[in-house]
Amino acid sequence: MTDATASGNAQGRSRSLKVLDERTRKRYAAEKRFRYYGMGAVGVGVLLLVILLVSILSNGLGAFRQTMFELEITLTQAQITEAEESLLKTSVYRGFIEENMRAALTEAGIADEVETSQAMELLGGDAGSTLRNWAVGQRVTPVPEPDEGVTRTFNFLADGRIDGYFKGRVTMESAERDSRVTPEELALADDLREAGVLRVEFNPGFLTMSDASENQPEAAGLGVAIVGSLYMMLIVLCLALPIGVCASIYLEEFAPKNKLTDLIEVNISNLAAVPSIVFGILGLAIFINFMGLPLSAPIVGGLVLTLMTLPTIIISTRAALKSVPPSIRSAALGVGASQMQTVFHHVLPLAAPGILTGTIIGLAQALGETAPLLLIGMVAFVQEYPAAPPEGLFDPASALPVQVYNWTQRADPAFFERASGAIIVLLVFLAIMNVTAVLLRRRFERRW
Amino acid sequence: MPTHWLFLIVLALGIAGWFAARQKALASAGGSMRALHSLPNTYGTNAAIWTIVPALLILGAWIVIQPVVLDHWVSGSIPDSAVTDAGDRSLVMADVRRIAAGLNLAVAGGGLSAEEALSMQADAVSIRERMADLGIAIGTEPTQVSLDAAQKWFRIERVGRIAMTVIVLGAAATGFALALLRARRDVNARASVERAILGLLIGAALIAILTTVGIVMSMVFETADFFSRYSWTEFFFSTDWDPRFQGGSSLGMLPLLWGTLYISFIALLVAVPIGLFAAIYLSEYAGPRVRAVAKPLIEVLAGIPTIVYGLFALITVGPFLRDYFAQPMGFGNSSSSVMTAGLVMGIMLIPFVSSLSDDIINAVPQSLRDGSYGLGSTQSETVRQVVLPAALPGIVGAILLAASRAIGETMIVVLGAGAAARMSLNPFEAMTTVTVKIVSQLTGDTDFNSPETLVAFALGLTLFVMTLALNVLALYIVRRYREQYE
Repeated sequence: MTDATASGNAQGRSRSLKVLDERTRKRYAAEKRFRYYGMGAVGVGVLLLVILLVSILSNGLGAFRQTMFELEITLTQAQITEAEESLLKTSVYRGFIEENMRAALTEAGIADEVETSQAMELLGGDAGSTLRNWAVGQRVTPVPEPDEGVTRTFNFLADGRIDGYFKGRVTMESAERDSRVTPEELALADDLREAGVLRVEFNPGFLTMSDASENQPEAAGLGVAIVGSLYMMLIVLCLALPIGVCASIYLEEFAPKNKLTDLIEVNISNLAAVPSIVFGILGLAIFINFMGLPLSAPIVGGLVLTLMTLPTIIISTRAALKSVPPSIRSAALGVGASQMQTVFHHVLPLAAPGILTGTIIGLAQALGETAPLLLIGMVAFVQEYPAAPPEGLFDPASALPVQVYNWTQRADPAFFERASGAIIVLLVFLAIMNVTAVLLRRRFERRW
Repeated sequence: MPTHWLFLIVLALGIAGWFAARQKALASAGGSMRALHSLPNTYGTNAAIWTIVPALLILGAWIVIQPVVLDHWVSGSIPDSAVTDAGDRSLVMADVRRIAAGLNLAVAGGGLSAEEALSMQADAVSIRERMADLGIAIGTEPTQVSLDAAQKWFRIERVGRIAMTVIVLGAAATGFALALLRARRDVNARASVERAILGLLIGAALIAILTTVGIVMSMVFETADFFSRYSWTEFFFSTDWDPRFQGGSSLGMLPLLWGTLYISFIALLVAVPIGLFAAIYLSEYAGPRVRAVAKPLIEVLAGIPTIVYGLFALITVGPFLRDYFAQPMGFGNSSSSVMTAGLVMGIMLIPFVSSLSDDIINAVPQSLRDGSYGLGSTQSETVRQVVLPAALPGIVGAILLAASRAIGETMIVVLGAGAAARMSLNPFEAMTTVTVKIVSQLTGDTDFNSPETLVAFALGLTLFVMTLALNVLALYIVRRYREQYE
């Protein structure tokens, strides 16, 4: 095959064919090298995937565990009434926690060494409101006699720095320079942990709590973001699936070959490659500025993601329709079905698994999309859960990937851990969706 | 009548139409299905379509058009003197809209009667206080002009709402009656239903065109506005990017373009060799078992959202490159850099290059390979000198598609590349890209009257045109190539 073959063999071929000559050896070596390059490339690809996943997992798994005070709190109705009637309600509740903290320290046998007020310093900022949220629900009017009080065991989140200390993010040295924590507090935290008052435990709040402010990383959760993402996926599913299927049916089964259908085809293939951020600009200009829909609302996010997902769904639906053999159509037409009946009674049901698979993959893509959502104001700090749909679709909400971005923009490194944790949640959702798609394909795929 | 009630009434009418038409058609055939032209259910569906679709189309169009028309009428009635006082017509209109919405809420909540709302005078009572009593917050005390305009708005809106109710219900009733008249044994209901469904299908297909039109329109108008405030030569050819919120910014695109191209170049430098060799190995060398494992694994990289890559760049790759390469070698100490973003983006692009090239290499006819083997060449010689040249146009197309991805990629560069607009050759320095600046100019408080915000639309349009050109070119090349071997 090489240029030199003709000139190089005349004198070289006198020896046995079983002994490789210099040239052949070189060619075989090149062959081997080439093969190794290929293997190396595949290996590097897989290795990078592993590094990526390991890096995210090792950074993010910590977000699911949190340092907590386990305290048993007893509140009487009189106390609740007193707190609710005062001006600074949560700080009164914090006072109640302090009383119970003293009891807990005594029980753990370290009340002599540790001042209660010092231990309270280690408590996270949201403890008072956590207690209040529960207490308000327990409130009974009129107050029963005798007022025995209600008791419950709480896991109050410890301050983010203390949590960071147990996870290795905060050290004695860094605490020296930190205005929010001192080495003495860290030493105290060690004592408390030994005594069993402080524990590092699984933190379900990470999945249910809403976002928290800059200096309360311990209280930041994904609840609102998960609900927001769910709402958007609902909108995408309700809009993109029917529109996509209708458009594909038209293009695949009915469209005559003319300028208009050509234009549609070109449009769809180009839309599939338009950068996602451009869809964000579209959403900002059309849905928000022109149509006056609210900023940060799942409805706008859902509409933008619908437009983005449509090409994906149309392309896979068309492939699914195309794979239904023409004999099915001929048979239906032959027994007198109209073209419409042929499509809706025979072709579409046979293509359904393929369409479903494509839709799930499109949804997964939409779930991970961030850039367009940044432009339509989903980055806003949202603490309230949106209401139930349909009204809730217009309430401000966040989205999973945007929450990740949001947390990376904060100064406290504790938020990086939470961002990685949020990514793990996002990846779990994506994995579930993709595995479902693969299983559906395996289960229902038909080869003709 | 609230809109959703109207919607439900129309739906109910449609369902009633379904049953009535089905019944009537069957009755006209004397209860025998065989005498009917179409199936009984088809008559029902026909009636439902005729009742629901025109009415809902009118309803939808009305909801979209009414505010626009209202805005035009009311804003035309505001005297110019009031506009000069407030500074801008849109500011007055925003006030008017707020007051009108307040009036609406007050009347709907029962706090005010419609007559009271229309007869309010700005000087008589403090409107702001009255509204606050009703639980509606208005920012500033309205002037007589804006109150008048708001009352006009309120009046027209009320009339419009009544007119809408009447017209929509009228349309539904007309459709209902017409369809019922046509529910006879000799009418071809199926053709009518199928025409309607076909219309629906065409409408769905047209959404793709509408989206493109929407994208282009949304950017072209704002870009035109931007160029009326800022010189286009400065934008395209200036090397200085320095937006300032008090005005007097320089908004030259070149540093952003440089960052974009530099990062994309590094990304392709990573992705093309790895992706191409992986594709060659998987399609030419690997056995079915290796292929079944390795190919999906590499494609997982394509399914990972870009925010994940962004975070990877921010917390892993960036600090790693800074600590082990940039600082020891004296290239700087920034963890966000062209190199960080480029490397991570390269990882993201590997599956694009590899799966597209894989398809293309597989499409090279086996006869070419067999010919080459027959002449005694080794497998790698065949790949390098027969398969690759034959697949070259397709591979170039794949690389162009990957390049267009790289240029439009946002989250990786937002988190990995930095925000400093700079034109430098040092790959360990932080630079910024077109997409990063679109995000930073359009998030937060934006004022659509300043060139600092509008520049984002011009950047977006530039980006759109660049990626579109690359895609069209790539698709053209790939298509030409496919035809060659089909």
